[in-house]
Amino acid sequence: MELNILWFWIIAAMFIGYFVLDGFDFGVGMSLPFLGRDDTDRRVLINTIGPVWDLNETWVIVAGASLFAAFPEWYATMFSGFYLALLLILLALIVRGVSFEYRHQRPESEWKKWFDGMIVVGSAVPALLWGVAFANVVQGVRLDAAHNYIGSFFDLLNPYALLGGVTTLLLFFTHGIVFVSLKTEGDIRERARKLAVRSGLITIVVAASFLLWTVLAFGSLFTAVFAALAAVALIGSFLMNLRGSEGWAFTLMAVTIGLAVLTLFASLFPDVMPASNDPANSLTIANASSTPYTLQVMSWTALIAAPVIFLYQGWTYWVLRKRVSRGTIEAATH
Amino acid sequence: MNEWLDPLLLSRWQFGLTTVYHFLFVPLTIGLALTVAIFQSVWVRTDKARYLQLTHFFGKIFLINFAMGVVTGIVQEFQFGMNWSTYSRFVGDVFGAPLAFEGIVAFFLEATFIGLWIFGWDKLPRGLHLATIWLTAVGSIASAYFILAANAFMQNPIAFRINETRGRAELTDIGELLTNPIALASFPHTIFASFMVSAGLIISVAAWHLYRKQHADTMRPALKFGMWMMVISGALTTFFGDSLSLAMTAAQPMKMAAAEAMYKTATGADASFSIFTLGTPDGVSELFSVRIPYLLSFLSTHTLDGTVEGINNLQAQYVGLYGPGDYTPTIWITYWAFRWMIGLGIAHILVAVVGLWLTRGGRTPTATWVWKVAIWSFPFSLASMSVGWIFTEMGRQPWLVFGLLKTESGVSPNVSGLEILISLIAFTLIYGVLAVVEFRLILRAVQQGPEDAPVPDPLTGETPQRVTIY
Repeated sequence: MELNILWFWIIAAMFIGYFVLDGFDFGVGMSLPFLGRDDTDRRVLINTIGPVWDLNETWVIVAGASLFAAFPEWYATMFSGFYLALLLILLALIVRGVSFEYRHQRPESEWKKWFDGMIVVGSAVPALLWGVAFANVVQGVRLDAAHNYIGSFFDLLNPYALLGGVTTLLLFFTHGIVFVSLKTEGDIRERARKLAVRSGLITIVVAASFLLWTVLAFGSLFTAVFAALAAVALIGSFLMNLRGSEGWAFTLMAVTIGLAVLTLFASLFPDVMPASNDPANSLTIANASSTPYTLQVMSWTALIAAPVIFLYQGWTYWVLRKRVSRGTIEAATH
Repeated sequence: MNEWLDPLLLSRWQFGLTTVYHFLFVPLTIGLALTVAIFQSVWVRTDKARYLQLTHFFGKIFLINFAMGVVTGIVQEFQFGMNWSTYSRFVGDVFGAPLAFEGIVAFFLEATFIGLWIFGWDKLPRGLHLATIWLTAVGSIASAYFILAANAFMQNPIAFRINETRGRAELTDIGELLTNPIALASFPHTIFASFMVSAGLIISVAAWHLYRKQHADTMRPALKFGMWMMVISGALTTFFGDSLSLAMTAAQPMKMAAAEAMYKTATGADASFSIFTLGTPDGVSELFSVRIPYLLSFLSTHTLDGTVEGINNLQAQYVGLYGPGDYTPTIWITYWAFRWMIGLGIAHILVAVVGLWLTRGGRTPTATWVWKVAIWSFPFSLASMSVGWIFTEMGRQPWLVFGLLKTESGVSPNVSGLEILISLIAFTLIYGVLAVVEFRLILRAVQQGPEDAPVPDPLTGETPQRVTIY
């Protein structure tokens, strides 16, 4: 396999890492108005991700920088082309991150209310817009001969892309709720499980439609397999949640998100940003990638670093494995 | 109207604003991570409660600041592609790799272990918990190395060849790229300057409490620590600043000439360093100046009879090399930024030296002005750092990558002025609000002072463990 093809799949893997991990952060953030009945509840929710949201978000920094290094043309076209969408994502990530860190700094409920609102908006906006962005990449956008995006912001808001956005929004929402049921104790855990049943049903319908559209319009046999497996995993997660197996429900949600991202990347292959106006203007793995030398350097770095990263990040989650309860919050506050 | 919506001008303002802003938090993150790690190490070794108090106290300030560094950092990475797509296409093969290493090697480490440090007090054994803050500090320092290596390519492009067909620079040697002489000098210069900024914070905070005659048990050792940290890192910052100006003169002679606003080539005693100049802002004509002969020759070449090339000569050379155009940075910015960086830096080292003398052998100075000076250490040390970065980036102009790509040629061709105006306004507003919130939180944390040391339970004799929740 040529190195640029390998790096196409490594980039896919990095975005899978990002969406699986920060995905449940987004879901937990969005769940505040649904599951947080009082301040203690909301603190329980926030504390399920408090220690890890930064590490999870770092996956997008790594994915973005790797995209820059391995596929400079793809990075340049996508980031300049989706300028306003990415601006909204950036602003959302800024307010979300600051809110996690600053909410608990003062006791006043006025203060906390502000940050609660920003956590919800800061989680929902990226959860929606990442889906819109990637669906547009798969569908193809208008590019000139120099690979510059020549559409407008509103061209990005087409039916397929909006369905993609709603799909990621719902996937991350349900993923986050299932995560809450896995990481909390008592009443809130039970409420999360019940909410996951309801949101799970809607998610199945919307995600299945989006995946079907993807396969029919842009897919191959290869994509169909990934999409079908994603659908099976999503239904499996739903059933596991019904049975009360939180661990399995969460794992299968993660698998679903991973397979959904794979479906998108498989539909793209071997393009990275197809041009909808003229196939000759498309960015492909071949014409968007860096030199074999740079990719070789990157490969060695990734090969050496990956096991270490998996080890210490996995260990971190293990250290923080304890469930959070109202008791945890109450014991720590007085 | 169109003048206002110039994508190049707006993109430059946005990059400048977001970078200078981001760089207010970075030095403090780097310096305070180390400081907190040191305090916690002393606590683990000696078991003295006051070092645990200092760990928590400066740890809290560190975390308020850290959050801002994190959230403003993502903007930096996205911005290359969003606003400077032509640049990204041109340099991605070379410039992308150190950026990716920064994420893979440094940011993951920093972001993972900071979470474990914050929440790990009751979950990890003491030694392991101590390791988490050290790994955070290592991650923050490593990130500085990779980003400065990437920046060094823009100042002094090496380890590449130009691919004419693809119209881009391509990496030829990663080892050479990562050992760019500019990176090797700017890395320690920046790191020790970051330690100076955090030393400035410690001095300010400790002096504020001591002046009010409170928390002497913790703030007195903190003050001493801060002053020693300032003196030692100040000396090292100066030393590596000198290495950097040598490397810079070799790679970007125009930047050195612009730092001195020196239009004519000068040798020996004439290559003097002006401490202060009155004249036209661009330095073309001079009314009055205070000069140290030979100093510029020494800074640029490490000899007293060296020749330092002037702006006029270099401008003519560059026109010959790169075609017609203005190759001079904005002189009044480089000239004054260079002076303020050095002046404020040296003033700080002096404040610390005098402070160490005044507090020797347990003495406590009584003069109010002594404390006032100490309390103002932090803002000025931060300003010194900031203008230093402004100097290095403005001194690179009009180039984006020196000699290869001009700033005006790097901007995204397809992003409209209106879009950039929207983002510039959005960033300005949100950064402005967050600056106020962050400043107030830090001020509040500082004024509250260290929490009392945990008291052992009278029945069990065990000291309760700290539990962090958000």
